[in-house]
Amino acid sequence: MTEKTPTLDTASESKYRIIGKRVDRYDAADKVTGQAVYGADVHPSNLLYGKVLRSPHAHARILSIDTSAAEALEGVHAVITGADLPSVSDRIVDLGETATSLRYQSDNILAKDKALYFGHAIAAVSATQPYIAEEAVSLIKVEYEILPPVLDVRKAMRPDSTLLHDDIFTDELGQKSTQASNVASHIRHAQGDVEAGFRQADVIIEHEFETTMVHQGYIEPHNATAIYNPSGQITIWCSTQGSFGVRSQTSDVLDVPISSVHVIPTEIGGGFGGKNSIYLEPLAVLLSKKSNNRPVKLTMTRAESLAATGPTSGSYIRVKLGADANGHLTAAKLYLAYEAGAFPGSPVGSAAGSMISEYRISNVLIDGYDVVVNKPRTEAYRAPGTSNAVFAVETVVDELCEKLGMDPIAFRLLNAAKEGDRRPDGPTHPRIGFIETLQAAQSHDHYQTPLDGKYRGRGVACGYWGNWGGRSSVSASMNADGTISLITGSIDLSGTRTTTAMQLAETLGIDLEDIVPQVADTNSVSNTEGTYGSRTTFATGWAAHKLGCKLIDAVKERAALLWDIPVDTVDYEDGCIFSKANRLTFKDISKYLDETGGPLMVSATSFEGGHGPSATTHIVDVEVDPDTGKVDILRYTAIQDVGKAIHPDFVEGQIQGGVVQGIGWALNEGYFYNDEGQLLNANFLDYRMPTFLDVPMIEAVLVEVSNPRHPYGVRGVGEVPIVPPPAAVANAIHDAIGVRLTALPMSPARVLEAVWEQTPSAYLG
Amino acid sequence: MHSFTYVRPQSLEEASTFLSEHREQARILAGGTDLLVQIQSSSVTPDYIVDIKHIPELNVLSFDETGGLRIGAAVPCFKIWNHHEIAHLYPGLIDAVQLIGGTQIQGRATLGGNVANASPAADTIPSLIVHGAICDVIGRQGIRSIAVQDICIGPGQNALAPDEFLLRFQIKPPSIGFGAHYLRFIPRNEMDIAVASAGASLVLNPDDQTVQYARIAIGAVAPTPLLVIAAGESLIGQPLTNESIDRAARLAAQAAQPITDIRGTISQRKHLAAVLTRRALVKAQERALQSLKGASH
Amino acid sequence: MSQRIHVQTEINGEAQDFLCDPRESLLDVLRNTMGLTGAKEGCRNGNCGACNVIMDGILVNSCLVLAVEAEGSSITTVEGINTPVGLHLIQQKYMDHAALQCGICTLGLIVATKALLDHNPAPTEHDVRLWLAGNLCRCTGYDKIVRAVLDAAEAMRENV
Repeated sequence: MTEKTPTLDTASESKYRIIGKRVDRYDAADKVTGQAVYGADVHPSNLLYGKVLRSPHAHARILSIDTSAAEALEGVHAVITGADLPSVSDRIVDLGETATSLRYQSDNILAKDKALYFGHAIAAVSATQPYIAEEAVSLIKVEYEILPPVLDVRKAMRPDSTLLHDDIFTDELGQKSTQASNVASHIRHAQGDVEAGFRQADVIIEHEFETTMVHQGYIEPHNATAIYNPSGQITIWCSTQGSFGVRSQTSDVLDVPISSVHVIPTEIGGGFGGKNSIYLEPLAVLLSKKSNNRPVKLTMTRAESLAATGPTSGSYIRVKLGADANGHLTAAKLYLAYEAGAFPGSPVGSAAGSMISEYRISNVLIDGYDVVVNKPRTEAYRAPGTSNAVFAVETVVDELCEKLGMDPIAFRLLNAAKEGDRRPDGPTHPRIGFIETLQAAQSHDHYQTPLDGKYRGRGVACGYWGNWGGRSSVSASMNADGTISLITGSIDLSGTRTTTAMQLAETLGIDLEDIVPQVADTNSVSNTEGTYGSRTTFATGWAAHKLGCKLIDAVKERAALLWDIPVDTVDYEDGCIFSKANRLTFKDISKYLDETGGPLMVSATSFEGGHGPSATTHIVDVEVDPDTGKVDILRYTAIQDVGKAIHPDFVEGQIQGGVVQGIGWALNEGYFYNDEGQLLNANFLDYRMPTFLDVPMIEAVLVEVSNPRHPYGVRGVGEVPIVPPPAAVANAIHDAIGVRLTALPMSPARVLEAVWEQTPSAYLG
Repeated sequence: MHSFTYVRPQSLEEASTFLSEHREQARILAGGTDLLVQIQSSSVTPDYIVDIKHIPELNVLSFDETGGLRIGAAVPCFKIWNHHEIAHLYPGLIDAVQLIGGTQIQGRATLGGNVANASPAADTIPSLIVHGAICDVIGRQGIRSIAVQDICIGPGQNALAPDEFLLRFQIKPPSIGFGAHYLRFIPRNEMDIAVASAGASLVLNPDDQTVQYARIAIGAVAPTPLLVIAAGESLIGQPLTNESIDRAARLAAQAAQPITDIRGTISQRKHLAAVLTRRALVKAQERALQSLKGASH
Repeated sequence: MSQRIHVQTEINGEAQDFLCDPRESLLDVLRNTMGLTGAKEGCRNGNCGACNVIMDGILVNSCLVLAVEAEGSSITTVEGINTPVGLHLIQQKYMDHAALQCGICTLGLIVATKALLDHNPAPTEHDVRLWLAGNLCRCTGYDKIVRAVLDAAEAMRENV
């Protein structure tokens, strides 16, 4: 019972000393004792507390804001509104996994003319106590002209729809249209001749799908604490996935030099893509500026976090797939309309690039639409946009298998993409391990064990995600005892301090205990992209490897000086520096630093392509209660090509966590808006994430198809696990009770309705 | 958040006196698991919070063969289900108190709070109703007793006078052949509010196992939890069969007048009222048969 | 503004007193006044368990306890779980099983695990999942936490 989940390790394991071992995590002790400092734990001297006033309306013009009563309340220090933010230009700014116009970013942080979603920030206050700040926001009087809310993605696309913005003109395949619209952009990927492809097909299946907005659901709400000091220097402490992103976004929104913003990232209580963009940081800065330079802390409540940060898109999707009688996919026609929320920037593009890329299909046409609606601006969520799209694709694939009488894994093996095949969105696949995951699934005990019992069913679904590389920076200083202080710019969400140190230790051939890793602030290390896109162990690990190579060169030089021999006669292996006559351990060189030039410090950066895509195959068994519509997950196995698992525990953890998030998305998570656009389930009672009781043990099977373009074979692992679960569960429900569900979440009410449609006499009401 | 004054009376008299003076501006605090959430969201804005859980009479938890079960209104659920004798004698009540929130909610949430809050979906109310529970309430005029099914008069509204508050619940000792069960339907396996719920109790005749007494109550399908008298009466004198159970279940569903909201739809709730009533009766029967078996040994 | 109230209590075995506004929760006071930030605010509604403390022997959400209600109570926070010689076995097992990722729910879980094992030293997997169902974790999928708790229970039974 308490044994660790077994892994399928390949022969490569033995070639490493540290990589692949389940070593102790550097930050674990602080995280089990309460000593680790998260954003909301920061408490600078003379601290004030802030609170944000939010719109109760989904779409309303702001006619006036009267802050006088709030300002008069004893204990209140400052009140700010949209008028306090500088006006900014229209240029595009990078939000990590998404991008937006700077003006939209500013408008999202504080509404100016219009409130565009329920929960949109209108004003903020600072006060001596949190409860005084709360009371103060209730005293701010806002006069609204309520406008009709636009809540449905398809209705929003109609030419006669109410418009959120009068300055959005559809980017129609690269051409700006002249008519204002809620459709921000239309993208298309085309390959081959899709109509000819359908003519070659013997079986064609087409379905429409709808999915609801869902949230990352990190347990720690957003927070920011800031000081604007009398010299105009800004210090921000916050929980973020990327401190450099917070720095650049804050400097953009506040129109201050980037050098004046110092971001100190704290430990972070989950992100999953939702903590890349800023929300509170500029407000805390402005409040501090107006509060006589006292530090101000803002923390969101859970309701604010759900209503007013960045969930991922609800969507309308059409999938049409054709296959010939032998089971070869001949054509795919895909239509995606994604809710962007109140400002453009849905993940429809990444969905289009990932939703069907693990298959080799000659004829593909994908149309994607980014559509604004009166809901919060969407942000990345773990393989952004892909789970809902794959729910649609893999449900249709399952039905194709059913119609063709083919085993779902055999069908996928027949159509699996491999190295050299071209993705519908352009890139050619490097070495990927999709086939290996299918083969491992086919022979796995789960797939080999028949599933017995009434109302039980098994589902299979696959997923693909491209992953990301990008910029990372690290540095190393040798301490007096020869240990290394390793500085990384990468935020550590789940153990990457340790996996980065492991790759450095492997490169240097030294013990992991001789490296002390630390996540640094923006003044202490160079630009590093956020921990997103499954990039950190890949890209920051690569930087650590380069750092190790540079350290080896540096200690070789020191040894050459010490031994007074040419540096090219000095060698390094397994943590030792040696020449024909001399030998020193890596650590020993610390004794001779002063006589060889003084302190030793090196840095390295990476900005690489070569991030290996991830592919995965999931198997799930469910039991459906046809009387209540409830679906129980009986067994779950996720088989994933992980490249090289630097730390298998952490890789399994990523897979298990992603799967359970995917199960939540499949069964019960979803935003519930009323007709006025008010979010009715902005709490963890009715936004139903899986509890301990809702899932079984999740078996993570690690297939290691080394990424040839990384020094240690690493692929990103964190995102793809969330891709297949909704489809796998849907296919299992179909296997159990014979109904196909085409909407997420597949809540008990939806399952019941499908059962009643199939068997009207089942209704007892 | 609205500012308020916290008051902690130490006796029934002190509490009654305070409430008779300030009732309109006061809210009673027991476990606080509903009230503090309501205050946080400003859905209630009391000037006074009256913490009644330090009054000794509200903390009674006892059973005796003659008086039966007494549970003070401020006893948290955890203490009820962790009381082995009570858990053994009233499993149908434990079904409900073990469902409310997670373990940490059960450490605070009380029967009194759950009943006084008068949610249509309150888990303990259908269970208390089918156990024939009587609630003693105290006010300026002294103590009076109300059957639990008469306490709720609308969503969030109870039948107590402004100066009154819940003192305790009383349930008779279980007779031979008694069995009860409460269950609810929620989308997850924990931590939700009932989409629909049902409680059933039975007393089976020791000789022929026909039904001597039956009560069925349903929750979350009407403005208040409902005692469905017709459903229970349909079973009296009958053997429990699939047919008689189905008939009672359909009568329960017919009594339901649900609404569609974020937690469920009208048709889902009416259907679930039947499904859950059937399941409640089956489990109650199993417990009743166990009771008969225990008595015959 | 309402009057601040003087509250006397015992926290992690030491007598403590504080002043609070009646509106402040026990969680607010632990974090903002007492500097005990191990209890985290995840929802402020009793739905996530990140703020769990043990109050007079019973597991509670400190966000749903008014600070004034703590008068005369004995409270154990996660900071009081460590033993005088170091980590509690529960903490050690969470580390050994990699039963944490971001760590924000971990502290409430460790307190809830302590309460579970005090109450039931030999839980089954179902017992563990039921007891901990009021503690949400979004990173781990729960698998490694359940293994850690079961292993901690076994180790603690052997230690007795």
